[in-house]
Amino acid sequence: MSTLAELVLIAVGAAIVNNVVLSQFLGICPFLGVSKKTETAAGMGGAVIFVITISSFITGLIYKFVLANSFLAGKGIDLTYLKTIVFILVIAALVQFVEMFLKKKIPSLYQSLGVYLPLITTNCAVLGVALNCVTYEYNLLEGVVYGFATAVGFFIAIVLMAGIREKIEYNDIPKTFQGTAIVLITACLMSIAFMGFSGMI
Amino acid sequence: MNKYTERLYNGIIKENPTFVLMLGMCPTLAVTSSAINGLGMGLSTMVVLVCANLLISLFRKVIPNGVRMPAYIVIVASLVTVVDFLMQAYLQSLSAALGVYIPLIVVNCIILGRAESYASKNPPLPSIFDGIGMGLGFTIGLTLIGLIREFLGAGTLFDVPVLAQFGWFTPITIFIMAPGAFLVLAFLVAGMNIVRKRMEAKGKPLAKPAGCLSGDCASCGHSALCSGKAVAGEKQAADAAGN
Repeated sequence: MSTLAELVLIAVGAAIVNNVVLSQFLGICPFLGVSKKTETAAGMGGAVIFVITISSFITGLIYKFVLANSFLAGKGIDLTYLKTIVFILVIAALVQFVEMFLKKKIPSLYQSLGVYLPLITTNCAVLGVALNCVTYEYNLLEGVVYGFATAVGFFIAIVLMAGIREKIEYNDIPKTFQGTAIVLITACLMSIAFMGFSGMI
Repeated sequence: MNKYTERLYNGIIKENPTFVLMLGMCPTLAVTSSAINGLGMGLSTMVVLVCANLLISLFRKVIPNGVRMPAYIVIVASLVTVVDFLMQAYLQSLSAALGVYIPLIVVNCIILGRAESYASKNPPLPSIFDGIGMGLGFTIGLTLIGLIREFLGAGTLFDVPVLAQFGWFTPITIFIMAPGAFLVLAFLVAGMNIVRKRMEAKGKPLAKPAGCLSGDCASCGHSALCSGKAVAGEKQAADAAGN
């Protein structure tokens, strides 16, 4: 069993020090594409937190009890090589299921997160978290904490970016840099700022 | 120009995935800290792309329309697994340097994008050439960005010291770290804005960016799964704010 201190270290490391967008470059598409307004950015960030937390739990379960279970391992069968295929399919199915479940059972949450859910299916951050949990040999609890914290890191980055972009609207930017270019420069400066955390753990 | 060389030209120049369509930005930013990493990533993506295009084109009449996305994903994920293990066996240092970004080729929007927009509608041979063209275009893009970042950030090109051998040279290390990736890409996008404007003035406009960068979901490979709902949602929010 992992101690609380270890879990806190994993969480801080994933959310701030190795920020998923600004230092690992996962989930760049929504980070650049859906960050024009703070509300939509927060909606996207919320949906990502929701999906990654659930998916890291489910993929963790499947990896532990199906792909790498001790019964098969005892018979010399190793299914772990199937992890990429299994994880992407599980994530795709899970997102569709979550969307249907929310629409039926919790309409208020669906109102705020629903439109972003399908976009997340092929978000590389979700698959990246599932694969990293295996690479880092996290147990189920550590995996879920890592997934949640990574998604919180995404939320922080996209909401900050949306806030800055709302201000950029009023700035006098050279014509060539308008649009995506100035957003990337902003991302560069944010990334430098987040590098400051790298000595923390 | 026959239709095969036209496919190659289309992938490398006319609809270059990195410079013109701006697709696959995650690997473009993540693995270009050196030219050799960019080249490796580009070539492994190309192998997956060519094989995926071939298989999807062969099975295009067998796969039912309703489940085509899951079917494509299974094909691509299987190919990526094969490439991943081949690299772990024969190119260990490159495989270690690229790490999780190799399995993440599965969600690279170039691959599903080409499957959806080309391979699922065309015969196998043109699809292979489409894959080669797009793959080469992506490889060239990643290698060029890798060269720029390695040159400025370490003073080397393909690990051969160029500036690094001079005493006066101080590497601008930030270029091979995370912020450098954003910075180089920002100047690249700005440069392409100028090229775009010139070509438009000449009456030969370039293809529009197709990825999420453009905010236009129409040509994205994932549009069947997401159908542009996020951008539509954003527009709705903007309308509501306007009212």
